[in-house]
Amino acid sequence: MADETKAPVADRTASETPAASASAPSSSGPSSSGGSSSGGSHAPHRSGPRDSRDSRGPRPGGPGGGREGGRKFFRRKKVCKFCVEKIESINYKDVRLLAGFVAESGKIVPRRLTGVCTPHQRRLSSAIKQARNIALLPFAGRSN
Amino acid sequence: MINRTYELMFIVRPDMVDEELDKLISTLETAVTSTGGTVKNVEKMGKRRLAYTVRRFNDGMYILLTVEGSGGLIHELERRLRVTEPVIKFITVRIDEEQKRLDKIKKLRDARKKAAPAPAAAATPATPAAEAGEAAPLAQ
Repeated sequence: MADETKAPVADRTASETPAASASAPSSSGPSSSGGSSSGGSHAPHRSGPRDSRDSRGPRPGGPGGGREGGRKFFRRKKVCKFCVEKIESINYKDVRLLAGFVAESGKIVPRRLTGVCTPHQRRLSSAIKQARNIALLPFAGRSN
Repeated sequence: MINRTYELMFIVRPDMVDEELDKLISTLETAVTSTGGTVKNVEKMGKRRLAYTVRRFNDGMYILLTVEGSGGLIHELERRLRVTEPVIKFITVRIDEEQKRLDKIKKLRDARKKAAPAPAAAATPATPAAEAGEAAPLAQ
C-alpha cells in the first residue's frame, strides 16, 4: 500500500520531465499545479489506498478491536462492565464509578480500551462531562 | 404542564455558616412553591474537595435539590443562584426521562422475577397449567 502512494509521485516526475522540466524543480507551487493537472490520471491512485483502507477498517472491527492500538494484537474479548453487572443508571454523582473510566490526565478513556459498549459509552461520556462541570472530576489532571 | 423533574446541584463556599445555608435553601424552596412546583428532596452532601479551583476555593459544600416543576421555574432558580454570592457553581439536570427509563427496566425485571419463581412453586403440585413452558417438562 505504501508503494502505491509513492508510485504516483514517481510517475508524475517521470512524466513531467519531458513536458516541463523547468517547472518541476523550480518551486512547490507550479509542481503542485502540474501534479493536479496530471492528477486526473493519478487521482484514482491517490484515493485508491484510502478507499481500500476504509473498506479494510470496518471489516476487522470485530476481532481486531485491539489491533488499532498498534503493537497490541488480539485482545481477549473485553465485555462491557455495565452490561455484565447490569448497572442501569450512570449518574454524574457516583464519582468512583466514573473515575474508573478516566485516565490520570483526566481524559475519558476510549471505548476500545475499556470494552464498554456504545450506548453505555455515550451515557458515561455525558456523565463524565457533567461531573467535570460540577467540579467532581477534573478537566485536566497532572499536566504533562 | 408541571411534570418535569429536575436535579439541581450547587456548590456553596466552604466557610459558610449552617444557618445561612438553611436560610438560602428555604429561600429557594419558597421560590419553588410560589411558582407552583414541589421540592422533592434536599440533600446536603457535605464538604468535598473540588477537582479544580473555583473562584479561588479548593473545597465546597455540595447541596442537591430535587425539584418538580416547569422550565420557567428552573430559569428563576438559576437566576437566583447566579446572584447569590456564596454559591460558586451549579448544574441542573433533567431527570424525568431517565426516571421513566429506569422504572421501565425495573418493571421488566420484576415481571421477569415474578414469572420465574411462580412455575418453580407450581412444579411440586405438578400442575400442567403452569405459565412458563419449562415447568411442564420439569413436572413430567
